[in-house]
Amino acid sequence: MAECHPVGFQWVMEAKARGAKVFHIDPRFTRTSAMADHFVPIRAGSDIVLLGALINHVLAGEHDFREYVLAYTNASVIVSEDFRDTEDLDGLFSGFDGETRTYDPSSWSYQGLEEEAAAGQSGEHAAEGRHHAETARADQYGSGGAAAHPRPHTDETLRHPRCVYQVLKRHFARYTPEMVEEVCGIPAEDFHRLAEAVVAASGRERTTAWVYSVGWTQHTVGAQYIRAASILQLLLGNMGRPGGGILALRGHASIQGSTDIPTLFNILPGYLPMPHAHSTRTLDEYLDHAAGDTGFWGNKRSYMVSLLKSWWGDAATEDNDFCFGYLPRLTGDHGTYATVLGQIDGIVKGYFVVGENPAVGSSGGRTQRLGLANLDWLVVRDMTLVETATFWKDGPEIETGETRAEDIATEVFFLPAASHVEKEGTFTQTQRLLQWREKAVEPPGDCRSDLWFYYHLGKRIRQRISDDEIDRPLRDLTWDYPEHGENRDPSAEAVLREINGTGPDGRTLSSYLDLKPDGSTRSGCWIYCGVYAGEVNQAARRKPGRSPVAPEWGWAWPLNRRILYNRASADPKGRPWSERKAHIWWDADKGEWTGADVPDFEKDKPPDYRPPPGATAQAALSGTDAFIMQADGKGWLFAPAGLADGPLPAHYEPHESPLPNIMYGQRANPARKVYNRAESPYNPAGSPRFPYVLTTYRLTEHHTAGGMSRTLPYLAELQPEMFCEVSPELAAERGLVNGGWATIVTSRAAIEARVLVSERIRPLRLQGRTLHQVGVPYHWGWAGGGVVTGDAANDLMPIVLDPNVYIQEGKASTCDIRPGRRPRGKALLDLIEEYRRE
Amino acid sequence: MSERMGFFTDTSVCIGCKACEVACKEWNDVPDDGFVFRATSYDNTGALGASTWRHVAFVETADNWLMASDVCKHCTHAACLDVCPTGALFRTEFDTVVVQADVCNGCGYCVPACPYGVIDRREDDGRAWKCTMCYDRQRGGLEPACSKACPTDSIQFGPLDELRERADERLAALHAQGRSEARLYGESPGDGVGGDGAFFLLMAEPEVYGLPPDPVVTTRDLPSMWRWAAAAALTMAAAAAASTTWRR
Repeated sequence: MAECHPVGFQWVMEAKARGAKVFHIDPRFTRTSAMADHFVPIRAGSDIVLLGALINHVLAGEHDFREYVLAYTNASVIVSEDFRDTEDLDGLFSGFDGETRTYDPSSWSYQGLEEEAAAGQSGEHAAEGRHHAETARADQYGSGGAAAHPRPHTDETLRHPRCVYQVLKRHFARYTPEMVEEVCGIPAEDFHRLAEAVVAASGRERTTAWVYSVGWTQHTVGAQYIRAASILQLLLGNMGRPGGGILALRGHASIQGSTDIPTLFNILPGYLPMPHAHSTRTLDEYLDHAAGDTGFWGNKRSYMVSLLKSWWGDAATEDNDFCFGYLPRLTGDHGTYATVLGQIDGIVKGYFVVGENPAVGSSGGRTQRLGLANLDWLVVRDMTLVETATFWKDGPEIETGETRAEDIATEVFFLPAASHVEKEGTFTQTQRLLQWREKAVEPPGDCRSDLWFYYHLGKRIRQRISDDEIDRPLRDLTWDYPEHGENRDPSAEAVLREINGTGPDGRTLSSYLDLKPDGSTRSGCWIYCGVYAGEVNQAARRKPGRSPVAPEWGWAWPLNRRILYNRASADPKGRPWSERKAHIWWDADKGEWTGADVPDFEKDKPPDYRPPPGATAQAALSGTDAFIMQADGKGWLFAPAGLADGPLPAHYEPHESPLPNIMYGQRANPARKVYNRAESPYNPAGSPRFPYVLTTYRLTEHHTAGGMSRTLPYLAELQPEMFCEVSPELAAERGLVNGGWATIVTSRAAIEARVLVSERIRPLRLQGRTLHQVGVPYHWGWAGGGVVTGDAANDLMPIVLDPNVYIQEGKASTCDIRPGRRPRGKALLDLIEEYRRE
Repeated sequence: MSERMGFFTDTSVCIGCKACEVACKEWNDVPDDGFVFRATSYDNTGALGASTWRHVAFVETADNWLMASDVCKHCTHAACLDVCPTGALFRTEFDTVVVQADVCNGCGYCVPACPYGVIDRREDDGRAWKCTMCYDRQRGGLEPACSKACPTDSIQFGPLDELRERADERLAALHAQGRSEARLYGESPGDGVGGDGAFFLLMAEPEVYGLPPDPVVTTRDLPSMWRWAAAAALTMAAAAAASTTWRR
């Protein structure tokens, strides 16, 4: 965190100064480790064993926050008799189809649900399992959309052998400190210190927070890493409370915003799922599949209709399904890696690359470039001439003689982009806080904002379209923002106002609760409804305030709530768990929830409210159902639906791992997305040719693929050359010299890097052997207008993905490392070929 | 003269982000200092110099990774100032030591005079450059760029007396936590330079960070040296006179 989020890290330092204990778990001893109370070294790709052992420690010692667990989680729910755990199937859950490598999750459901589903009541979308595995629809569940029975069978004593609590206990029993030692390489003493600290800093009086970044997500089991942390935090009562939570640090300024108003292929604004070409032809069909009917997703029709009205205005009517048919449809995996492979296969002909540098920044750089080289046209919008725009004349494949510039037919359009100080708009940060920023200066020359680009591109396309029916969705689009200035910039505030939404009177709405299913309201993103309440740009507010949440600084979605699920900060009766950790509570006299924050709960729903039979949406949630986006209002220790690779996290080795899986017979995640492609082969697992663990990361001094830092002398001079970090032991083993050169080899590429030998990189001792890890930052590329250049680390990485969210395994693969610079020209290809053959 | 202003750099909370180096260069328009991979931990700047006015040292010890942002000490007894023949170096109303670029003639006397090896000449223009404690910002009522940018308040700016009090409290707190290796450096008016306007809390011996353990103003002995030289000259003159007398 100190490495990649130094500004946010000031608050960790602040907490530390006030007595917080800071543990840092990382393959390398970093700048964060230097500030932590305790550094816990770990083998990259083994975190589920560590988290699982912490869960086991909590369960075996009954350290769970029982009152919280009973009230707010699904610990007491009875799971279907058909469910089989990894314990029973040696690393597989029930429902796995070996041929398609996908799970049918129907056996993971709650007991008694199957019959009800058959009786036509809303329930588990069992048949959806394969679908969502194919179309990454698990993402729609990310915000709680998975359907589940609102009132399942439970055993409040937690003794029923098939209740979630007991299932958990059995599942995690094999996650022991010994396994942590053998799989993660963490000494038992370090584990016990961590486990005791986490338990001691949880409960009524205290909370523990976990902070993670792509070190947890870029794995073939990435989503399950986060699930494991969720289980631990729910058991300890650390969710929905001040100082608790699982905090995802983002890699760029508005990554949260670009998921809320998504740049992802599989969701629409506000985490509504993207419709599928075959299963969701009409709005009704879509809503049947979209999410549960109970909890706040029960209002999905209001959210969706308001979105359609926002996009197609008066053209969207009840009679034409509110133009639902205009939306594009999914037919399968359209993620970034599938798109690139589609380019190589000649299916994808055109490509917009906006503020990214995939030729350097995405896994399998060579595959990325082969895709770019096989396009009809490519648009690159960036502040500097990044490698993605110049690969055709100076890329590594030109150097090796594999391709020649004259053979690449891709027409490349480079469009200079305005920087963040040259445009107005919002950033949404990881706390879901929207902060408005003003334009400080006009962008120079032809540089324009992304908003300008898309708006004027849309205008030009609309000028050229025909009267043909196929162009009707474009003709009907509301595309009429006020323009200002010499460059006719569209008003970003008008866009924000449209996102907020308006009522029948044309005035802005102040809450998503006001959205209607009948087409009388509009909102471009239901969770952002309220950001323009009272016709005021709430994101532009800048009142620091002394309150713990500074409610008038910017605006957080939803409804300016600063801690999500904060109903859980009070006990079932609505009283704070403790004076120290009071956040919101029930004021019986006033008949409402009150406190420092905006309650993430219906303001006037008393703690003793019990829903009548047959209730839907929020009315189906009781006064203790704190997790209001869930169909059953509970935090899910066990996920009966929503994940493509199991209802519980299980440790699987990375796709490329030097070690066997000693936890189960199943070595790697059985549902991971594997692409057997000639352009991007894999290192065989356990291969003696690739004996070292390879992990990538960022440095404080640079930003991602370097487009914004390699070009700046003041940053570039601070980390001027591509380097790798190795331990003195590995340096001795392979003849590497500090300050000298090394060549790092995988089946994809061989790159060179300067050598930094450091005791901060510690060899791990596990499974009776010593295991070395090689660390490489990924900021360098061969050109990019940079004042410093270097080989690209991502050229080394494999294209193998998590099956839930299609993220690449960039944090744990294997490699060889040898002294000296890499060969040039064809000799480089020969070297890689030699490694592939062996 | 206003209050004496200074820096207190608390290295126990330095996260090595180098924001101070970048902010300093941005504000003061200091050129880059070359693109050299030094293979010395994460330090590719090397040392303070004419084009590096803040320098973050990275020291890897057996069990920790020490980081510290070094800067001109703005000595109470500043030798650079003493030896400057043009008056380019002067003491400001904030009791800091600043080079006036438009007066400096590049003689370079100040360079060996500095007991910390801070001030240096730029090869291209020959003039001497160093930290001004953002004299221009201070005159505008702003704090220096480096302390403004520091995310963890490792670099603190303020009236020197206040900073010394704060440093004593911080030191006591660290000692109470059992961090007995913590120590102050350059805070004492009794040291060889009369105390530094920019002083430090270190987590190891000064030498570990490349700082002189017992700096002394290099012009300290000048008066006595002059006395000795004068005495020697007199002796010589007397001897010469005697010899002349003797010959005669």
